[in-house]
Amino acid sequence: MPKVMGALKKAIPAEIGGEADAAMESSAAAGQAASGRKVLPIVEGVVLVAALLAPLVLQDYLTVFATRVIILALFALSFDLVWGYAGIMSFGQALFFGSAGYGVALLARDLDITNIFLVLPAGTIIGLTFALLLGGFLLLGRHPSSVIFVSLGTLTGSYAADRLARGWYYLGGQNGIPSIAPMTLGGYEFSEGPAFYYFVLGILVVVYLLCRFLVRSQFGLALAGLRENEQRIAFFGYKAQHLKAIIFTIGGAIAGLAGSLYAFHEGFVWPNMVGVVVSTQVVLYVLFGGSGTLIGAVIGTVIIEGVSFWLSDNYRDIWPIILGLLLLLVILFRPLGLISFLLGERERVGSFDAVRKEKRDAAS
Amino acid sequence: MPLLEAAGIKKIFGKLTALDGAALTVGENEFHGLIGPNGSGKSTLMKCIAGAEVPTQGKVSFVNTDITAFTPTERARAGMSLKFQITSVLPTLTLYDNILLALQAQSSLFDLVFSRTRELLHDQVMTMLTQFRLADRAFDAAAALSHGQQQWLEIAMALAGKPKLLLLDEPTGGMSLEERRVTGELLQPIKQHCSLVIVEHDLDFIRDICDRLTVLDQGKVLASGTVSEIQANKSVQEIYLRRA
Repeated sequence: MPKVMGALKKAIPAEIGGEADAAMESSAAAGQAASGRKVLPIVEGVVLVAALLAPLVLQDYLTVFATRVIILALFALSFDLVWGYAGIMSFGQALFFGSAGYGVALLARDLDITNIFLVLPAGTIIGLTFALLLGGFLLLGRHPSSVIFVSLGTLTGSYAADRLARGWYYLGGQNGIPSIAPMTLGGYEFSEGPAFYYFVLGILVVVYLLCRFLVRSQFGLALAGLRENEQRIAFFGYKAQHLKAIIFTIGGAIAGLAGSLYAFHEGFVWPNMVGVVVSTQVVLYVLFGGSGTLIGAVIGTVIIEGVSFWLSDNYRDIWPIILGLLLLLVILFRPLGLISFLLGERERVGSFDAVRKEKRDAAS
Repeated sequence: MPLLEAAGIKKIFGKLTALDGAALTVGENEFHGLIGPNGSGKSTLMKCIAGAEVPTQGKVSFVNTDITAFTPTERARAGMSLKFQITSVLPTLTLYDNILLALQAQSSLFDLVFSRTRELLHDQVMTMLTQFRLADRAFDAAAALSHGQQQWLEIAMALAGKPKLLLLDEPTGGMSLEERRVTGELLQPIKQHCSLVIVEHDLDFIRDICDRLTVLDQGKVLASGTVSEIQANKSVQEIYLRRA
């Protein structure tokens, strides 16, 4: 157990975990970093092409499964932003995911509102609002809040929401809200299948690009400083807690968007969706794929969900044990996640001078 | 009116009294050395002034404002800066990005998100790098620098926000003689707009660069005055002899 804790600690960004990062680089990855070759865009391109082709080669029921995975990858993105980039240990990310799911389910059930231009913004705003409230409370003290306080605070929020949903008759109690009407756009109904898949993939790509823009901007540079040493950048005059609260809120909004898509895709919401189980699941996606890279979160989600799907088909009784062992192995031996097989430290931390470089090249 | 005035500073860690009524007064454009044997409380006093520790008792005033309870961010925005004893440059980032990180601390969110700071602050970044003799390495990773150069980069970062007071905790630790000499040269010009408090073991360095000295011993001020006054002080000589 202590060893596991040690490994987990290593996987936590530098601000919390310390110096482990550099030591864990494989020499191949380090070599690539030194030569300045960029691996990340290639990985992103390959994943995008695979995602675009998937419905063409998959059977229908697998396309439905793949849609669910894409939605969960969007959710994982929100956690990577919060944890991988701002170093906020949120163990309650499902709170924003699930509350948005419940919110849009109620809109559909009680008010017959299913138009995507209403329900998706509504879900996003629900996630954003909850994150703003919880983040404001947990992060915006006069002095920086401890990692333990934030992680327990988010965990408690998620747990409380789960209990509340279970006990509240209006929300359907233990059973949740079944048979939600499909999302609509004019007369068109989004039902499971390739159209839904490409719609969700489109959203994932747009959100991904926005996140990518954000973390590579000078705001991202400030976040890199924040992860490395929060106190240091406070001494420069940064309002470090504000930076964190902003990212936490953006993360909540993305989780809310994902949650509303999930509710309509699955056609029902249930208490687990706001609870600790789903909160932990998203932590695992990002840990497994590799935090602080965005694409790592997507890859982690696809692999964990894909492997569990395959295992549950072929090893009906013992698949959770196999999956658990697999996760442990990765966390023990690759604390920076699968992406660290491909990515050097320098590229993982990122570069922030895209604009400048172009100018320099143009000048010379 | 002095720039910085710390008075009656007491700091107790459990049973250990690290500071017992220590005081420090620094004027404008003054380089002030803080010296004393190991364990005399120099670093703790620095931390209390910088806001990394909260004093158990006492008051710190800066530019006529009581800042005892200010957070680090508030102190930085009031015009105080510090260089940590342990280097904290971001090793995988370029020198340019390290300086920019420090320079853009008070920029608006809009300028940060749309990367306008990189255009707006470019000249200032290059000026800082030139001043600290690092301009030709602007686009190298900070990890590639020598230890001494990393310290200079760190000092440059601490000066980025144009502070009125800079706190330096052991700036020449681990440096070669030549690097120490250059550090002294690099610090001289900032006197025009900035005061300095230096904790340093290298007494020759301190003597060369400082205007005034404060000597701490067992958490109390043993003596305070100009460099020549301190050098002539009997009890100061005694504690340094005792240590030797």
